Amino acid sequence: MIYQDAFAQALLDPAQPCPAGLITWNGSDPAKRFAIYRNNVVVSLIDALVSTFPVTRALVGEEFFYDMARRFALASPPSTPVLAHYGEALPAFIEQFPPAASIAYLADVARLERLRVHAYHAAETQSLSSAMISATLIQAADKLPDWQVGCHPSAAVLQSRYAVVSLWEAHQGIREIATVDPCLPESALIIRVGFDVRLAQLNTGTAAFIEQLLRNANLGTAVEHAYQTAEDFDLPQALALLMRFNAIVSLQPPE
Amino acid sequence: MTTTQPTFCGASASSNDLMLPQRSGLGLKSPHYQHIVDTRPDLGFFEVHAENYLVDGGAFHHFLTRIRELYPLSIHGVGLSIGSSRPLDQDHLTKLDRLLRRYQPQSFSEHLAWSSHNDQFLNDLLPMPYNTATLQQVCDHVDQVQSQLKRRMLLENPATYIEFADSNLPETSFIQEIVRRTGCGLLLDVNNIYVSCVNHHRDPRSYLRALPLSDVGEIHLAGFAQERDAAGDPLLIDSHGSPIAQAVWDLYAEALSLIGPIATLIERDNDIPPFDVLLAEAHAADNCLRLASPTLKEMQA
Repeated sequence: MIYQDAFAQALLDPAQPCPAGLITWNGSDPAKRFAIYRNNVVVSLIDALVSTFPVTRALVGEEFFYDMARRFALASPPSTPVLAHYGEALPAFIEQFPPAASIAYLADVARLERLRVHAYHAAETQSLSSAMISATLIQAADKLPDWQVGCHPSAAVLQSRYAVVSLWEAHQGIREIATVDPCLPESALIIRVGFDVRLAQLNTGTAAFIEQLLRNANLGTAVEHAYQTAEDFDLPQALALLMRFNAIVSLQPPE
Repeated sequence: MTTTQPTFCGASASSNDLMLPQRSGLGLKSPHYQHIVDTRPDLGFFEVHAENYLVDGGAFHHFLTRIRELYPLSIHGVGLSIGSSRPLDQDHLTKLDRLLRRYQPQSFSEHLAWSSHNDQFLNDLLPMPYNTATLQQVCDHVDQVQSQLKRRMLLENPATYIEFADSNLPETSFIQEIVRRTGCGLLLDVNNIYVSCVNHHRDPRSYLRALPLSDVGEIHLAGFAQERDAAGDPLLIDSHGSPIAQAVWDLYAEALSLIGPIATLIERDNDIPPFDVLLAEAHAADNCLRLASPTLKEMQA
């Protein structure tokens, strides 16, 4: 059937005329009525982006964000009806969006917000207790480098050239925006504890270490990578941080 | 035409576990989760949009699980695109099946509309022409949904802003025929009737009477916004962003007088007010439901 092709195309392209074959009881121009659907589609998608990216919006202001979100929504409508996942491609879109070029940190702030929503809806998994982790570490001893550390499904690491954590915190009233130098590199662990999504600033070694674990590297590889990234990497401190956020859900020998 | 009655009909109709109570209900919104668990408001049921809960875990599932233990539940889909000219999204249907198994809702409903096209989800309930070809497509999709979910679904009458030159069946006949062929029920959206009838210059009371009223399993009430079309005539928008209009309350009372008390949802998806404002609207619907109850009518007779 042709009508849905034409209808969908015209919905997503404001330059196209209203599709043919539409009628009204009073003979009025159907374009005005078709515009209701156009508006519903775009506004509802913008609203979905607004709820996922509040700090990104605050950084650029409402008018800028709405214009950017509208262009993004028309170019990349959702691929599924589950809108919690919508906007995964917005950070990459921001990087290519010329009006945002002067706000170099914007894409990474958007990445941080996307990861927060991912963490909020991620699966439930029982974390290992500190006692269990300590006991296992002692038992496994010299075989540990081959072991794998499973992290909570909500956990993610964002390594940025910009002060993404400080910028985000400034918009939560945690710190003064005037004290933030956006060009200082920062890395973050994003993870859910209970129902709260938490944000922890990481030093470069710890960020490299956790990122390797999230890529299913074994403990030895992750440690090696962390030391290559930062000579002062502190393994006990990194493990303590993961335990503080209940981030470790499994500790297993290789299969 | 389907000649054999699908088996799920008998199963669902005979079980009270699969019926919403003859009370009012509210849409469940995440800002209200804690308040509902703490205060257990006097309501007949809650309704959720299926797609909001197709996520892996977190607060949404935690609170829906707790609230499901306290109240009957209606799961209302907004993304199945039953009116699509293309095949249904099998992956989405599988996820819906899993969700329904998990929460065992008393009701599952979807819309007479389409919302997906190829791999794009357009996030609006889009209109369709009513003719023999589209009727067959919708019936095939409803059959597919009911056989995969192994339950009777309710189909909601739409709010529309335009009509198609390709239509040769009235909307009410189209819906009658879907219900007759597939055995599905009707989610009677009274606001949608009012909105569509104003937009297409029809009489809402005649429209209401032309629907398969004996198959209504749930009622929706909501608020609309008002604009004007290119000729300056009123054009109502199904906005779910304001209180229910008096004209819709009146039409609701008329619907109840024809069909008796039926589970009624107050829909509010935009500009959501404090919970108690919604609760007051729900209790106003409860008053209408009490007035429509057969026992009260007998007592008055």
